Amino acid sequence: MIDKDKVLHIAKLARLHLNEQEASQYAKQLSDVLGYIDKLNQADTQGVEPMVTASPIETVYRADEPKMDLGVEEKIKNAPETSGHLIKVPPVVS
Amino acid sequence: MIIHDFECVIGIEVHAQLKTKTKLFCSCPTTFEAGDNENTCPVCMGMPGVLPVFNKEVLNFAIKTGLALNCELDSASVFARKNYFYPDLPKGYQISQYEKPICKEGYVDIVLADGEHKRIRIERAHLEEDAGKSTHHGNYSLVNYNRSSMPLLEIVSGPDMRSPAEAAAYVKSLRSILQFIEVCDGNLEEGSMRADCNISIRKQGDTGLGTKVELKNLNSFRFIEKALTFEFERQVDAAMSGETIIQETRLYDKDKNKTYSMRSKEDAHDYRYFPEPDVLTLTFEEALVDKIKKDLPELPLATAKRFVSDYGIPEYDAVVLTQSKALALYYESAIADTKNAKAVSNWIMTELLRELNDAKKSIEESPISAKQLAKMVELVDAGTISGKMAKDVFAEMWKTSKDPEQIIDEKGMKQVSDEDALLKIIEEVKAANPKQLEEFKSGKDKLFGFFVGQCMKASKGQANPSVLNKLLKANL
Repeated sequence: MIDKDKVLHIAKLARLHLNEQEASQYAKQLSDVLGYIDKLNQADTQGVEPMVTASPIETVYRADEPKMDLGVEEKIKNAPETSGHLIKVPPVVS
Repeated sequence: MIIHDFECVIGIEVHAQLKTKTKLFCSCPTTFEAGDNENTCPVCMGMPGVLPVFNKEVLNFAIKTGLALNCELDSASVFARKNYFYPDLPKGYQISQYEKPICKEGYVDIVLADGEHKRIRIERAHLEEDAGKSTHHGNYSLVNYNRSSMPLLEIVSGPDMRSPAEAAAYVKSLRSILQFIEVCDGNLEEGSMRADCNISIRKQGDTGLGTKVELKNLNSFRFIEKALTFEFERQVDAAMSGETIIQETRLYDKDKNKTYSMRSKEDAHDYRYFPEPDVLTLTFEEALVDKIKKDLPELPLATAKRFVSDYGIPEYDAVVLTQSKALALYYESAIADTKNAKAVSNWIMTELLRELNDAKKSIEESPISAKQLAKMVELVDAGTISGKMAKDVFAEMWKTSKDPEQIIDEKGMKQVSDEDALLKIIEEVKAANPKQLEEFKSGKDKLFGFFVGQCMKASKGQANPSVLNKLLKANL
């Protein structure tokens, strides 16, 4: 069961602003989703190793060789605000 | 260490930056001097739609470290997402290992200043990516992602240390191991190795654990010891006056020698870990472990033990001399040129390390080469210069990097051991001090020192003290 408080808590962690009505609505929707998923708990998993990935293939490794395709201008181009080549963000510590 | 019946319990999390050429999940270089945001790419900047790909060398380094720390290795470790919002974490989560770390249950043996040996358990060592670096400027912050996704191995000790000195000794030992096996620079000041210390207190004899406080910002061994000492005392004071100690992160202020509470990150510990779907289970063959094990170099404590048995120096000296690979190499190369292993160790421990420390130089930057130091020790042993002259020669070598023989020549410092020359001086001194000679002969033994002093002065300090003593005894 996901109640409204839980939704507001998660919203806060995710930096989302929700009003009361939205919180109640999502609490119900998320509870429904989780209730559905909860059916999986009825399956007997005794002695079954937990699945970590849906694609059980061997680890893919990359060689430790430096490579850079883009210049710094290109890389910071999408930042809403920059200062020199640094990315400018709202204050973190006030 | 006990204060008012309280003992402290310390556990340490060390973040070691693995010195690979590229980052953990992308091919960006790990060079330290890069311009702002230069060592970045869409992967480590957290652009949508990118796929992290694991760096093989990181696996080699993690296995090597696990072996050196006597850990159990998991051949199927798993990455997880650790979720939190902070601008230096571009994806909104850090890829880390949680339930199944690559290394667990190992140990490090440390030697304390009083010669006591202690085993510190390693609970786990897991791989994770570093965050970027943000700087704060009042109404905005600036972020540099060069460090984002740098490979880190977080090494978590058991709550096994009982004093700030033990804590510092553990971090020192761990650092030398990481340096010996060449997986980490171990530079606390530059942050390639970071130690977060957890400390709590309890009544002596209790076995449970108290509420722990985490100390951050400790970028030298001295600060680790001082911050923990302050924090231990602070907690005892709090307990004695009936206050409750709250679980929090505190920062160390080196100028005030105090710890202060960091603004508590609200809900910071609600990380909502779940398996990272973008990175596969980290698997490896036993053959790889065997190969790495075969190539594992001699570790610091083994080197120290060898120094004790081969060169007959005290164990504590040997531990100090093996605190870094470069220092151990310096010592070994010096004693290749002289038999007096103990004298070399003394000169390094009392003079050279102090000078290096004052000048903030590493042993690799020492103006005095191992060969030169060995030569100087040889010159003392051969009686060419006295121990006192050696100090002056050492100071000159430090300043000029000249060979000791050259300095001795230039300064005319040679010690006079020639008996005829010394006898001549003795006769001159006797002739110049008839009154004292008379008193000495009539039993005033104390005047012997006076004659030693006069002869030394007459020889401009160059008389060999032991030869002079012997001759004076026979000729007064």
